[in-house]
Amino acid sequence: MKSSVITFPGSNCDRDMDVALKKFGFNNKMVWHNDNELPKSDLVVLPGGFSYGDYLRCGSMASKSRIMQSVINFAKSGGLIMGICNGFQILVETGLVPGVLLRNKYLEFICKNVFVKLDNKENAYFKNLNKDVLEFHIAHNEGNYFCTKDQLKEIMDNNQIAIYYCNSEGKIEDQYNPNGSIKNIAGIFNKEKNVLGMMPHPERMIDQSLSGEDGSIFFKNLINNIK
Amino acid sequence: MEVNEQIAIDHGLKSDEYKKICELLKRTPNMTELGIFSAMWNEHCSYKSSRLHLKKLPTKGKKVIQGPGENAGVIDIEDNDAIVFKIESHNHPSFIEPYQGAATGVGGIMRDVFTMGARPIANLNSIHFGSPQHKKTKNLLRGVVHGIGGYGNCMGVPTIAGQTSFDSSYNGNILVNAMTLGLVKKNKIFYSKAAGLNKPVIYVGSKTGRDGIHGASMASASFDEKIEEKKPTVQVGDPFTEKLLLEACLELMAGDSIIAIQDMGAAGLTSSSIEMASKGNLGIEINLNKVPCRETKMTPYEIMLSESQERMLIVLENGKEEIAKKIFDKWNLDFAVIGKTTNSKNIELFFNQEQVAKIPVNILVENSPMYDRKWKKSKLPKKNKIKNEVLNKLKIKDVLKKILSNQNICSKEWIWQQYDHTVMGDTIQKPGGDSGVVRVHGTNKAVAASVDSSAVYCWAHPLTGGKQVVAESWRNLISVGAKPIAITNCLNFGSPEKEDNMGEFVECVQGIGEASKYLNFPVVSGNVSFYNQTKEVGIKPTPSIGGVGLIKDYKKMISMDLKEVDNLVLIIGKTEGHIDQSLFARTILDEKNGPPPEVNLFNEKNNGESILDLIDKGYVKSAHDISLGGLLVAISKMCIKGNKGIKINKSKNLINEIEYFFAEDQGRYLIEVNKDDLKEVTKILNKNSVHHEELGIITQKGMIINEKTKVTIDELKSYYTNWLSEYMS
Repeated sequence: MKSSVITFPGSNCDRDMDVALKKFGFNNKMVWHNDNELPKSDLVVLPGGFSYGDYLRCGSMASKSRIMQSVINFAKSGGLIMGICNGFQILVETGLVPGVLLRNKYLEFICKNVFVKLDNKENAYFKNLNKDVLEFHIAHNEGNYFCTKDQLKEIMDNNQIAIYYCNSEGKIEDQYNPNGSIKNIAGIFNKEKNVLGMMPHPERMIDQSLSGEDGSIFFKNLINNIK
Repeated sequence: MEVNEQIAIDHGLKSDEYKKICELLKRTPNMTELGIFSAMWNEHCSYKSSRLHLKKLPTKGKKVIQGPGENAGVIDIEDNDAIVFKIESHNHPSFIEPYQGAATGVGGIMRDVFTMGARPIANLNSIHFGSPQHKKTKNLLRGVVHGIGGYGNCMGVPTIAGQTSFDSSYNGNILVNAMTLGLVKKNKIFYSKAAGLNKPVIYVGSKTGRDGIHGASMASASFDEKIEEKKPTVQVGDPFTEKLLLEACLELMAGDSIIAIQDMGAAGLTSSSIEMASKGNLGIEINLNKVPCRETKMTPYEIMLSESQERMLIVLENGKEEIAKKIFDKWNLDFAVIGKTTNSKNIELFFNQEQVAKIPVNILVENSPMYDRKWKKSKLPKKNKIKNEVLNKLKIKDVLKKILSNQNICSKEWIWQQYDHTVMGDTIQKPGGDSGVVRVHGTNKAVAASVDSSAVYCWAHPLTGGKQVVAESWRNLISVGAKPIAITNCLNFGSPEKEDNMGEFVECVQGIGEASKYLNFPVVSGNVSFYNQTKEVGIKPTPSIGGVGLIKDYKKMISMDLKEVDNLVLIIGKTEGHIDQSLFARTILDEKNGPPPEVNLFNEKNNGESILDLIDKGYVKSAHDISLGGLLVAISKMCIKGNKGIKINKSKNLINEIEYFFAEDQGRYLIEVNKDDLKEVTKILNKNSVHHEELGIITQKGMIINEKTKVTIDELKSYYTNWLSEYMS
């Protein structure tokens, strides 16, 4: 299975994603933001970091990078695109997924483990996962998901909410919301469910010695689904 | 403007220093030259008050590849891998402008590390604030934490450990010490020594602006009520550019284009160019019109003294300019050939075709002033006699609650949750443990690092305090199963011109030296920050020690959380009941006098090495050193983190129970062992003559201290967890 990770100036989770994808069997290529064409890929990842220093608005300048036209075309042709953290911010800036990401409610960067509840398994990312709650890791300053009422209705009607912040038993309540996201939303799909944007970093949860192993479960399942 | 003595004094030079400059030059310097002298001869850059004493520190060892004198120290961690590391202060700017001061402190230390060819893999920090009640403390703390996070998070380097303290002696002078560890291949280390004639001198990174002019001079002076006016001397950081600079430099370093490289830190272009020339015993010629400037009409004086961040100076091999330029273009960074190396042994500056400065390099470096300042030796204070009646009136649970929730003990999670501590995917021990631990990417090895200071002990008796800090750093590394290798030190003191403060410095350094020599734990890098004083009031002497150690098999790393019910907890090292200068004495008895606990280096070494042996043999399930707050605080933290309780045995120790639980005797640890291994563990400890006793047995819940005193884990957690977040909300 072939994957591509895009490196923007200021990306800093690109290597971590490369390590994770390779560990679970992807043949991964790093792609420079200034390239014209994506290599042939089964999965494209926009990694975390601070593309263009988060200046102007997180993800906004990266969304105009040269490679992005090719990424957008890939999405429109049904290709799988996953944006993690800053990658999610880039995705909302391109409009590939709806909504915006505001500054965290308490105005502080948060780095910690969180639990997320899967809402929709009818897609390439979560199909066949035998767990409904995963322990992931977040590290962000602007992860407070927001959208208009109309957008929210549309998102819910189309089952576009991918994951919610919750507790270890899957309870979705305000107290488990780390950043003020509307409806505890931690990740969202496009209508067709081939594009996934999420704040948590599964690539930081791929080893018992690190924060945990639920990232491993996610990636193993993902590559099996793509095969 | 004509230079005269008054102008020199306004630049922070002393009258006799100005006379010496005129004598050495055999003429009056012009303004640009005077600016250069003031930048090179201030305390921050010249170490004029400290050099004499720093020379006495042990800096060599089998594992030391590079000691002090370079951008950072380098140690060998085997298999052609090396760790580059250093700690540095950014105290003065952080008080004036906490966000930028702290941020550029972090940026500066990372640059020191990647200048040597190493990719930064971990950040640490030691930050000290005034009393929580002081009106500035909250804002300073928030600003500093945001600044450290803002820079480190954006760089994608995990912040894995740190230390925070509050003490009214920092009311007018906070301390911000930042430390970075980088990983490099032993055969790809870069140095700042220029070599060869007519080699191109390259400027890369950000453009030069008017920020930070005289930053190093500002950091070499005391504060007064007009300190806010110094805001323009604080540099402004741009972590995004630094991230690009890091990647570009490492890309260029992969080839063979670079002869020497030096970051532009304190005193900017001045100190970087002079340092490279001085080390190479060469001259250097710079055309200032070629320097990329952010602002118009910058004068030679401003260009030379700017402390704009994210800039590097490189001496390239001839003919490599195009290769280098291509890389910096790719990363959208400025690149300019601004000069060349010469055999004149002078620094020569040109601007608009005119020579604007010409100074022999050796005058600036070797002839810089060095002072043998007067200093006062301190006496060991007399021990307090604490009456048993006083102690017997106290309830253990009340004392424990007060101490666990004390600002200098309680959880600092509110701080470290704002630092990305997991990026790079190798952090295997997060902040909150005895040391932070990161794996050496792609290997079975891991590196542990800790940063420590004990200002109260240093204040009570500098010699003992100096030893203690090194010993504590050593213990923190041992507690995670790392073999201690070397340290870096950041020496924060008051004015060297005051005999008391200078005495504190001299004796702390002596203590550090004695301990690091005995423990074979050499000093490989560091920095001195004097003049941490406002008007006449200086801070408590605060040397921060950053220790680094190696874990050969990361699967053998130890953490402090209790692991298994029915395992036993042993106390390693003897509890004598030393209460003076303990947190207990200060907060419960309100007693501020007396000597700090004695440091027995033989016991430190013996106890530490014995524990490492036990860890290596697989007998230790969890470990924690006993330090600030004493025995009961240490076991409480192990219970909280492991979510387990303990039934504490009745001690056979004859001292008062309160003294037993809250004394801060040194050289002690708690270790968890399996009952079945007890015999073997005891045998090893006895063979090594290590004092040990059984503290108790691990239970499912609650801490049973004695027949009358029980504390639940939830109670412990509430004491320990809440203070800081409530204070900041």
